[in-house]
Amino acid sequence: MQAHITIRNLDAWYGKHQALKDVNLDIPRQQITVIMGPSGCGKTTLLKTLNRFFELTDGTRLAGKVLIDDEDIYSSGVDVTGIRKKAGLLAQRPFPLPMSIFDNVAYGMRIHKMHPRKQVEERVKHYLMEAGLWEEVQTRLHAPASGLSIGQQQRLCLARGLAVEPEILLGDEPTSALDPISAQHIEGRLHELKNSYTTVLVTHILRQARRLADYVVFMYMGEVVEAGPASQVFEHPEQERTRAYLAGVF
Amino acid sequence: MIKKYLQARHLEEAFIKGLMLVSFAIVAGSLGLILWTVLSKGLPSLTWQMLTQSPKGGYYLGKEGGILNAILGSLYLAGGGTLLALIFSLPMALYLETFVRNKSWGRFVRLALDVLWGIPSIVYGAFGFTLMLAVGLRASLLGGILVLALLELPIMTRAMDEVIRLMPPDLMQASFALGSTRLETALHVVIRQMLPGILTAILLAFGRGIGDAASVLFTAGYTDNMPSSLLRPVASLPLAVFFQLGTPFPEVQSRAYASALILTILVLIISLGSRFLAGHLGRNVIR
Amino acid sequence: MEIPLKTRIADWRGRLDSWAGSSMFAITLLPLALVVVIFVALCLRALPLVEQSSIPELLFGRTWSPQRGLFGFYPFVAGTFWVTAGAVLLAVPPCLLTAIYLAEYAGKAIRLAVKPLLDILAAIPSVVYGVWGMLAIVPWVQNRLIPFFSQKLGFLTILQTDNPTGFGILAGALVLAVMIAPFIISVTYEVLVTVPEGTRQAGLALGATRWQTIKSSILPITLPGIVAGIVLGASRALGETMAVLMVVGNVAKVPGSIFDPAYPLPALIANNYGEMMSIPLYDSALMGAALILLVIVLTFNIASTLILRRIMGRVRRAW
Repeated sequence: MQAHITIRNLDAWYGKHQALKDVNLDIPRQQITVIMGPSGCGKTTLLKTLNRFFELTDGTRLAGKVLIDDEDIYSSGVDVTGIRKKAGLLAQRPFPLPMSIFDNVAYGMRIHKMHPRKQVEERVKHYLMEAGLWEEVQTRLHAPASGLSIGQQQRLCLARGLAVEPEILLGDEPTSALDPISAQHIEGRLHELKNSYTTVLVTHILRQARRLADYVVFMYMGEVVEAGPASQVFEHPEQERTRAYLAGVF
Repeated sequence: MIKKYLQARHLEEAFIKGLMLVSFAIVAGSLGLILWTVLSKGLPSLTWQMLTQSPKGGYYLGKEGGILNAILGSLYLAGGGTLLALIFSLPMALYLETFVRNKSWGRFVRLALDVLWGIPSIVYGAFGFTLMLAVGLRASLLGGILVLALLELPIMTRAMDEVIRLMPPDLMQASFALGSTRLETALHVVIRQMLPGILTAILLAFGRGIGDAASVLFTAGYTDNMPSSLLRPVASLPLAVFFQLGTPFPEVQSRAYASALILTILVLIISLGSRFLAGHLGRNVIR
Repeated sequence: MEIPLKTRIADWRGRLDSWAGSSMFAITLLPLALVVVIFVALCLRALPLVEQSSIPELLFGRTWSPQRGLFGFYPFVAGTFWVTAGAVLLAVPPCLLTAIYLAEYAGKAIRLAVKPLLDILAAIPSVVYGVWGMLAIVPWVQNRLIPFFSQKLGFLTILQTDNPTGFGILAGALVLAVMIAPFIISVTYEVLVTVPEGTRQAGLALGATRWQTIKSSILPITLPGIVAGIVLGASRALGETMAVLMVVGNVAKVPGSIFDPAYPLPALIANNYGEMMSIPLYDSALMGAALILLVIVLTFNIASTLILRRIMGRVRRAW
């Protein structure tokens, strides 16, 4: 199957520190790809290069290519906001926008002018249902989003992200701030959505990786050590370091 | 792929960014204009004579001589005022951080300080004048010093307080753990750690004091003579500008411009110098 | 911060510490005492005036003629209002935009370069601003703005005047606007910076432009703080004396246009202190003016300070 995202010879620096070294990856379409590795290995940095969030930090530098659907997202003239619409981000800590629950979900649709006014209400309901939040909030759609519990907020962020109709879902440790039940909820949703979106998740929880991954990327100290289908990497890892990580050595 | 194209929201952002840059240019340009005006008018009048003599040749605002009386007067006024304010400011700032028991009291004092900080200098001048009348003190160096001390007190304390609050609490804990009293901690640890910030606060207040006209207007008087005693009126640079600018004599006006230039240079030195000092003096500071 | 329990050190160190604590505490009574004393002292000085005329008569009277014992403060209050409002209206849009630019768009290098610039603007003494006003702003108003506006927009009463000199409210407002600019920019910047990064990123991740996230997520939350900052800036403008005095014309009439001269309260006090003692009740009147000024400034100050504190808490970010 043709890769959705192709990364070639990617290097990334924070000032003088090189965070990514010659990364080469093909991320498959409509599967869940999990990037795993110990903290500091560069997995979040890699994720951030995919929606061009990396450049938001002062003093960063990038070299190499990142292609989505065979087009370099870093070439000049590219509309950054369009890329971010295509690749939605679910962050570690949920950050509801300072508006009502309804407006949070509708926000993306409105700024991209995706639907005529009359349809917005219906679409908001649709995405809240996709995120598994509809039942809990249907009676208080116009209450402030800040009143939700943290697990509900993360599902709201999921609904909000889905509402802009991305093709790619990026998740930066999306459950690490949540209680186990909410975490399970989110994992369940991601699993159910996997056939509709190309999902790339970063996690440091090995068991979560095992539960969710179709494709696995193991990183260490800024380099991709090993990458491949989940069954292959988990059962028969080729690299020594991968074996060590899976055994819980570090 | 998604190429940049002319969406309304991109255009809107570009427009706003344009406005922002224009605003920025206005602000920066104003500073440039001010400095240029002061320089171009003041520089021609800046002679050696101007700096080393006091006005001569006439009963009041004579046409010859220079502005030494104002320069010295300002230095004495602001110097005295700053010292006097320091005596109260430093203990107060130290207290608010090391001694204070009741947090609400600390908040209340800070609120009172903020209120004092906002009182216009002319009100301080009017108040000072009232006080001076009541005790029979005439417009003099002493009067000016007292009012400037009043004016500078909230500025200095507030600045010091902001700096001292940044103190890492573990440092204070370490000192207490060694069995030192609050006073010893304040004097030996806090002051050393915060010295650059404290000095900056002092300079900040000094700069404010030396440039203020409204407060010394009533209380310090004005004279063509050099500062001689605490109880006699004294000239100051801001008032030198104000009074001499209004006369019809170009020679006197040129003294006004020179005073303005000297005042600006002094303030610039203090402002930029204090930043430099803050970096340079951080020897004993633990980062 | 943990305060150690009161230790009983029996020796001289303990006594010294106690003594220091008590005297420092006494010093902290000073700010409050000063505020009260200043207020009371001015009230006392102004009292004779109130015994002669009633307060509404004084505040709303339009005739100011000390020789005849007529002290109507209204022209001065109006003048103060016109100049301050003008300064705020002129300063707020560019300052807000600059602060938003610095907080949301500019890189670290620009921010570091701008800080000294704002510090210097804030440190320049009032009289120097006054000199600049007289030399640069007043002629500009007189030679360019007045002719321009009377030709193009002369039908608007707010722009009509029989004062061709350039010394007037507009000149005062322009100078004052530059004077309060560094303050408004700083406070707005500090408020903007309290918004957590996550809120910005949430908007950006959805593909919004920066300006869209600012409009929808950042400005709504920071609005109270920004308004408080503007009110604080206005209170600074109210009290500025020398610069305004030198360019505003100092004519005791209620203004009707931005080109009219005005006589704000600080200017009134500063200009006439010399004759204060020679005319009966004049000194009370000027102290009364100071008192009015104090009350207005205090109200603005306390209100906005309390709001700002609540919003910014103890978090003060550095540039």
